[in-house]
Amino acid sequence: MQLYGALLLLPAAVLLTMFAYLPTVTTLISSLYLPGFRGAPAEFVGLENYRLLFDDPTFWKVARNNLLYALGTIPTSIALALAMALFVNARLPGRGLVRMAYFTPTILPMIAAANIWMFFYAPQIGLFNKLLGALGFSGVNWLGDPAVALYSVMAMSVWKEAGFFMIFYLAALQAMPPELKEASDLEGTSRWSFFWRVTFPLLMPTTLFVLINALINAVRVVDHLFILTKGGPNNATNLLLYYVYENAFAFFDRTMAATITVVILLTLAIIATLKFTLLDRRTHYQ
Amino acid sequence: MQRRLPFALSALAAGLLSAGQAFATELTMYYPVSVGGALTDVIDNLVSEFEQAHPEIEVEAIYAGNYDDTRVRAMSALEAGDAPQLSVLFSIDLFELIEQNAIVAFDDVVQTDEEREWLDSFYPGLMENGQLDGKTYGIPFQRSTIVLYWNKEAFEAAGLDPETPPENWQEMAEMASAIREASGDEQWGVMVPSTGYAYWMFQAFAFQNGHRLMSEDGTEVYFDDPAAVEALEYWVSLAKNGAMPDGVIEWGTLRQNFIEESTAMMWHTTGNLTAVRNEADFDFGVAMLPMNTQRGSPTGGGNFYLFEGSSEEEQRAAMTFIRWMTAPERAADWSIETGYMGVSPAAYDTDALRDYVDTFPPAAVARDQLEHGTAELSTYQGGRVRRALDNAVQAALTGQMTPEEALRQAQREADGVLRRYAR
Amino acid sequence: MSTLSSFSPGTAHRFRTWLSLETIAAWLLALIWIFPLLYALWAAFHPSEYMVRFALFAPLTLDNVANAWAQAPFARYYLNTFALVTGVVIGQFVVCTLAAFAFARFPIPGKNALFLLVLIQLFIFPEVLIVENYRMVSELGLINTLTGVGLPYVASAFGIFLLRQTFKTIPQELEDAARIEGCGWLEILWKVYVPLAKPTYLAYGLVSVSHHWNNFLWPLVVTNSVESRPLTVGLGIFSAPETGVNWATISAATLLSIAPLLVAFLLFQRQFVQSFLRAGIR
Repeated sequence: MQLYGALLLLPAAVLLTMFAYLPTVTTLISSLYLPGFRGAPAEFVGLENYRLLFDDPTFWKVARNNLLYALGTIPTSIALALAMALFVNARLPGRGLVRMAYFTPTILPMIAAANIWMFFYAPQIGLFNKLLGALGFSGVNWLGDPAVALYSVMAMSVWKEAGFFMIFYLAALQAMPPELKEASDLEGTSRWSFFWRVTFPLLMPTTLFVLINALINAVRVVDHLFILTKGGPNNATNLLLYYVYENAFAFFDRTMAATITVVILLTLAIIATLKFTLLDRRTHYQ
Repeated sequence: MQRRLPFALSALAAGLLSAGQAFATELTMYYPVSVGGALTDVIDNLVSEFEQAHPEIEVEAIYAGNYDDTRVRAMSALEAGDAPQLSVLFSIDLFELIEQNAIVAFDDVVQTDEEREWLDSFYPGLMENGQLDGKTYGIPFQRSTIVLYWNKEAFEAAGLDPETPPENWQEMAEMASAIREASGDEQWGVMVPSTGYAYWMFQAFAFQNGHRLMSEDGTEVYFDDPAAVEALEYWVSLAKNGAMPDGVIEWGTLRQNFIEESTAMMWHTTGNLTAVRNEADFDFGVAMLPMNTQRGSPTGGGNFYLFEGSSEEEQRAAMTFIRWMTAPERAADWSIETGYMGVSPAAYDTDALRDYVDTFPPAAVARDQLEHGTAELSTYQGGRVRRALDNAVQAALTGQMTPEEALRQAQREADGVLRRYAR
Repeated sequence: MSTLSSFSPGTAHRFRTWLSLETIAAWLLALIWIFPLLYALWAAFHPSEYMVRFALFAPLTLDNVANAWAQAPFARYYLNTFALVTGVVIGQFVVCTLAAFAFARFPIPGKNALFLLVLIQLFIFPEVLIVENYRMVSELGLINTLTGVGLPYVASAFGIFLLRQTFKTIPQELEDAARIEGCGWLEILWKVYVPLAKPTYLAYGLVSVSHHWNNFLWPLVVTNSVESRPLTVGLGIFSAPETGVNWATISAATLLSIAPLLVAFLLFQRQFVQSFLRAGIR
């Protein structure tokens, strides 16, 4: 029976080894080697690649961008998702339509979403600047001004993600016992304080869950950069995974790509630890 | 038995031979498109015309995005053991392709005198980026220079002579400001794109200021030279004086900006010419770029390369195809359809292109500018080096750094990358 | 609910005002959220001069769609995406079902540690290990094949986890009954577990379909040609800004590539939302 169980596991084990475990190990290994110059064999250099990476101002810029991107998108998405969930959980005329509107961006490919937003952001002829112009303001170079570009990219990510997180809050809200609300209504508690004293704490596990997902996405999803900015101007919107892609496939520098990947893996490991310690202890995890 | 064996062998050989003739030689090539219009259609049509003329050869032409994407795809196929036999790639990918052992020299493939003659039939200015150590690796195909497009109606509205484009830097700045003012800040004077190929535009400025940015062997760059700094300062000043919008200007949407008359002048590749002609509903002109100490524009665009690892038969077929595609009549057609240059003097001697230039003189500007041309920025580790320069240009244009600081930083970065390549 | 009427008129009044403010906010947000899609529809079906000119009676046109369809092999991209998504989902169902079954019902030494090891893949996605996975797929000779695009996703920790949870809730008695009837392991799996886990399969399937329909980075890296490019990559290459393709045409192409999933979503909204929900709560 043990053998049988092992056999059942075999296909998954083989595939996971091939595309998750083994690549993780080889990534680590290749981050410790320098490829030979003009056909010379690869050379073990210890942590030299990490030193090079940490000396690279672009890497720090990209890492900082990624941190800003996470800090900028995650609280905003979560707050909006919560507001949306509260909206559509209440008795609202046209609730089904509103819910659909919130959720629809979730099922669009990032690439398609970026295409649409590209039209909004284009300077001079794009929609946003035409609207600003009609109101008498001068336009903003949304994707071309390094002070603004990252925020423009963030805005689109928030738009894409909030609806997805909304449904988890919605489910949690619907699972909340209605007696709580009725009791507080009788006591005359204001909705505002009811929200902060009762609803929000009860939603904490959902918030943590959404937070973890949002953190992963902040590292993993870079598709929109291919259309919107390609990481520019002057790396103002470059994110870690996109930087890996550039190094590996545009600069043919697989070693640097592997080294940055290790940094990403470490980040993910921290997120994973967070999840397994914080989240699973507090939620019903069977 | 002994007697029959040779017979069996020769029968087998004959069988193989006829089988070889029955099946067409299959070629795969990747190609990029970096300008507007349905260029994929144009290529597809050319390919099917070729296949009709040469039924023994089949060509699969794969459109793979912009120049960078296309190089990535071709290299990826090579790495996976599924190399194309030929491709159209960035003319400046030469050093990297050689370093990765991806390509073979045409000199090693040509056999007849006729073919050697063909190798010499192109504009020498277009061969510069395709040659190294006396060998030819790239045959010009979709080649361009940067030209100045100007909106004659906007010029007229601003009280300028609609038939006279700016001759030099100062005139361009003045005209651009005049247009901006006359339009009540509705229209920009000039736009020079600074995404995608910022280094290319910068190279034009630098060359007009009498400065080349790199050594011929691709191992050194000269970004922080005073002449280069001055060139970047001029570019930045266009925005500072309000003739050009602040921040970076998107390469891809610039044509649309010009069509929608949100700018009166633009610098762009001549490869956009036909698309502009089809879309503009105003009168426009095309001129050589303005000069400072001299005229100038880098050449640009894509070359045909032959890939390593094809059979002799495939190489011959690839040669046939490339020769067909670059023949004067096709080069003329291609130029008319797109705006790219006819790659050989003979192309401009064809009736088709001669007539076209007669009725539409802008079609010859890029060619005429060729005598003021310079090779496009091409070095080892080109991706990184170009990116360093792109970043410097963008940093300066967006006010993050002064032109001098930005170019110094780019020089440092490039020096670091090229350290190992010094000869 | 009847308690509402017992409120003082003042409270009720204030409550109603608040509610209407809330309604306005909710609707405003909804409008903002759906606007990009509506705009894409507008741009795709009007001539390009109406891109930023909103006239109620602007002429409608199908030219943009026709142009997009003619300029890139979208039919082939559809086929690729369809084959890819089908293949991946079937593969995931088979592989994950087997593994989940083992984790749920078999005594395997070190099972918990193994399971934790599987869960790690919830964090390490194939696209994060893009360089090494590319090398792996290259060595397997699967570059530029749909198999290469899909294979790294087949053993999905998420699927294993989800199905294991479901299998664990299925009462042992059902299994025992089947065994008395003489069913073997695979038969038990097929006749007892799989049918009872149908809602999970539906949920997981829908999520997986949406994910792989929309996936971009990994397919971009692995595919080289029209024969293997899925829609997202085709769209990305087609509409990259430097090609300077007309915006109206890009809008049409964008709509073309999202249409099937969008229509499916609009028709089966409830199932979609519930699937994402069920699949999300881990």
